[in-house]
Amino acid sequence: MAAPLTLVLVLAVTVRAVLFRSSLAELISERVEVVSPLSAWKRVVEGLALLDLGVSPYSGDVFHETPLIIYLFHFVVDYAEIVFMVTDGITAVALYLAVQNYNRNVFRKQKYALEANRYPPDCLELMRSPKEMFYIPLKVATFYLLNPFTILSCVAKSTCGLNNAVIALFILSTIKGSALLSAIFLALATYQSVYPLTLFAPALLFLLQRLYIPVNPCRSSFWLFTLQYGFMFVGSLLVIICLSFFLLGSWDFIPSVYGFILSVPDLTPNIGLFWYFFAEMFEHFRFFFICVFQINVFFYTIPLSIKLKEHPVFLIFMQIAIISIFKSYPTVGDIALYMAFLPAWSHLYRFLRNIFLVSCVLLACSALFPVLWHLWIYAGSANSNFYYAITLLFNVGQILLVSDYFYAYLRREHHLTQGLYLRRKDGSEATLVLK
Amino acid sequence: MGLLSDPNRRKALTTLLTRLNTPICVVCYLAGIAWFMGLAFEPFTLRTYMSENAMGSTMVEERFPAGERALATGREFAGHKRKAGGMPVDWLVKTMQDRGLEVFTQSFSRTLPFPDENKERYMVRGINVYGILRAPRAPRTEALVLSAPCSPDNSNNQAVGLLLGLAQYFRNQIYWAKDIIFLVNEHDLIGMQAWLEGYHHTNISGMDYTPLQGRAGSIQAALSLELSSDVITSLDLILEGLNGQLPNLDLANLFHAFCQKIGVMCTIQGKLQRSDWDTAEGYTHAVQTMMLMVLKQASGRPWGDHGLFLRYHIEAATVRGVNSFRQYKTDTTTVGRLLEGMFRKLNNLLERLHQSYFFYLMPSLSRFVSIGYYMPAFGLLATILLLRALDLWVQLGTPTEVTEDGVGEVEPVSINNQGSFDSPLTHIYIDLYSKRHSTFQMLFISGEGTEQGWRVLKLVALLYLAVLLGCTALINFSLGFILAITLVPVAACVTPHLPKAVSALAMVLLSPGCTILYCVFIFQELQEAPVSLSEGWMLFLSVISQGILDHSLFGSLVYPLLALLVYPCWLLLWNILFWK
Repeated sequence: MAAPLTLVLVLAVTVRAVLFRSSLAELISERVEVVSPLSAWKRVVEGLALLDLGVSPYSGDVFHETPLIIYLFHFVVDYAEIVFMVTDGITAVALYLAVQNYNRNVFRKQKYALEANRYPPDCLELMRSPKEMFYIPLKVATFYLLNPFTILSCVAKSTCGLNNAVIALFILSTIKGSALLSAIFLALATYQSVYPLTLFAPALLFLLQRLYIPVNPCRSSFWLFTLQYGFMFVGSLLVIICLSFFLLGSWDFIPSVYGFILSVPDLTPNIGLFWYFFAEMFEHFRFFFICVFQINVFFYTIPLSIKLKEHPVFLIFMQIAIISIFKSYPTVGDIALYMAFLPAWSHLYRFLRNIFLVSCVLLACSALFPVLWHLWIYAGSANSNFYYAITLLFNVGQILLVSDYFYAYLRREHHLTQGLYLRRKDGSEATLVLK
Repeated sequence: MGLLSDPNRRKALTTLLTRLNTPICVVCYLAGIAWFMGLAFEPFTLRTYMSENAMGSTMVEERFPAGERALATGREFAGHKRKAGGMPVDWLVKTMQDRGLEVFTQSFSRTLPFPDENKERYMVRGINVYGILRAPRAPRTEALVLSAPCSPDNSNNQAVGLLLGLAQYFRNQIYWAKDIIFLVNEHDLIGMQAWLEGYHHTNISGMDYTPLQGRAGSIQAALSLELSSDVITSLDLILEGLNGQLPNLDLANLFHAFCQKIGVMCTIQGKLQRSDWDTAEGYTHAVQTMMLMVLKQASGRPWGDHGLFLRYHIEAATVRGVNSFRQYKTDTTTVGRLLEGMFRKLNNLLERLHQSYFFYLMPSLSRFVSIGYYMPAFGLLATILLLRALDLWVQLGTPTEVTEDGVGEVEPVSINNQGSFDSPLTHIYIDLYSKRHSTFQMLFISGEGTEQGWRVLKLVALLYLAVLLGCTALINFSLGFILAITLVPVAACVTPHLPKAVSALAMVLLSPGCTILYCVFIFQELQEAPVSLSEGWMLFLSVISQGILDHSLFGSLVYPLLALLVYPCWLLLWNILFWK
């Protein structure tokens, strides 16, 4: 499978290289859907200039990325385009290997369950065959590399690509079972943007499952491992933060990066839900609503972890989707990461109910974003309400997509335990209704 | 979420939609056309009203006295223009300076991509002259523009004369809070584009121009004046700008309010408003006015020199004096008083005009239809595309009796052999190998020549057309609606099973090119200047060449939209018709 993957990588690099050299690159790097105040390349260049002058890059409220990023680019700023293309390649290869490993695990578990006769007899249609699963890793890598959102994000040189790479490496190391590497990459991802903290729970659940430790608060082995993993995570995070302190010599990156992400002072329009609300919020209530909106991102972890405790990889997918919908400064690069996983759930297709509506809504909104931005900012005929309407519709479409996949996953699990063709007690056919 | 999650209700709704698909589509199409035609019916429209408080009452006393002197200046201008063979720059500069303005000139040049037959120009070279009247008391942050074009033939001389007369009158007043720029532009739109690009430091059209030496602050509003006779019978207001953009409705309301106050007859699209809306003739008249506006907006070209201001978020309109065979004539002094009144009102503005509508249609000067009322007409047409797409999706989703390789439906395999270790697995694998493919995989493996293939292509074409027409209708409603009228029936009805010759003819007759041809004929009919077939054809060719020139000179989007985005869709549908 290395050859098709290499072909896809070559194609992706070609497309990006062509776009880098065209006049579209500047246009794309200014679009608010692709770059946010956190991830814009212009701001990185500004921060580098300030660093070269000997001033703290965080002065002046321009630069909001972490010190490690600025030091990375301090050395490779001349090769920035290559760095971003390589980053995309790393993400794609990491996702490829992770999904391949995951599929192998899934198939093995299915084989054991079949041999143990745990599935009802009419569930054979739901079984996954190696033929069907053979191309999934390649499809995942292709979905990530050739997704227009990823290409736009790479051509705009948005640091979202780097965030995606770290999260993809975290997923790979979790699925391979290495707790230390997983903790380190998770700490790096949390250090970059606060929200991957919610991925701690699914990673923990996966590693516990892999080590055959039951998820039971009464057992001491559970607490032992949790403490171990937590310690590794917190330790790496502290090490990275202290390293940043020593690199720059001051703590002012903490309010500039984490304070900025959590308190949302910059209300430039983007594809997220925060900007419009807070543009019209009275100061008195601002803190309350900031807390409400931020808790919204972290809130779904606990119920989802309880429901999906046997399926931690799907939980990772759901968490990444929730982060990219509800975070404070989302961009299309975040969306591209969770969309890359969709081929891994292609066996759920028969249970999806709204896929047509969702795809139409997402496609139409992606086309309408630039139109309404033009009408608002350049023509002056529309106003922010038009643009926010499309933002809302886009986010509703995404939420519908994620909840549809969730429903399909749970439904398949239900059928695998209860049987595919459901019968009522008197033997007549029954249908499953979600109330 | 009942509809989306309850499978019984969903199934009922989808079977209803697939069974009644064609009748619902026909009803939607007729309803869309009827809704659009009904927009001109007076009880369905709203009376225009002034939304901006700063322009509220028209309680100003206009005192412009010098109409005759303006006409004399215009005659002088005509003489100097004839002598100079173009723009009499020195005379204009001296005249403006005598009137106390700060005068500057700008020269520009542009080579058109191909010779323009209508205006007979190819390499255009010219000079714009403008004078700035500085506001006596205010800081120089805002400006208003009054412009008159310098036409090569004997027209618009009175406009320049009135402009200079107004400049002299305005100079003596103390109430101006904004700077006023008096602009005489050469080569109409090209000169205006050069001036605007120089003023705003942009260069989007590849024009060569000298930078502007004098500037006056951000322009709040602009009026362009076209006056070719000493007396007029009515004033015509022209609103349509580049890419179908319209100025704020408050500007039209202002014009209408002043015309009524001063007692000048005012028209829009050259048609006077009638009061007998409940008769057939009255209704037809309103429909004609509205259709003229729709056709002009759909063409995407600026219909007056004001059309290029709109792109820079400057509300602008053109006022044209018309001298026809009516009894009551209005002299230049009255026109001057009207312009003075309008400028005094615009002077009062605290912020740019934004209170009233930007998207509207006008069946007459005192009635308008806002976007909330006219969008459902387009929405009904777009619904047809979405219904057809839904129908195709359901058809693609239901499994066919026989798949491509002839394998029938799968039978459930019962595992009754518990003995051997491998046999359940081998049973399962054989079963899965021959199972029917899901629609998702079908979308990717159908190739040429299959029943499913053309359905997939049609689904993609329908969704693409829906998104394209939606985006077009948001930017330029008229263009989107006219394209929808002809393309939606084609897209909805085309299948490979139709009789090929008749359908091919129908598709060609409903293609975007023929739509432009029909629009040309209808436009000429509505203007009461019907043309014969050959003249219409020549006009059609000139419309196409003007479209290409507009795109290259001013950045009009109609030509690239039709050529790069709409025609490929039409070709996709043609491909579906001839699917083997």
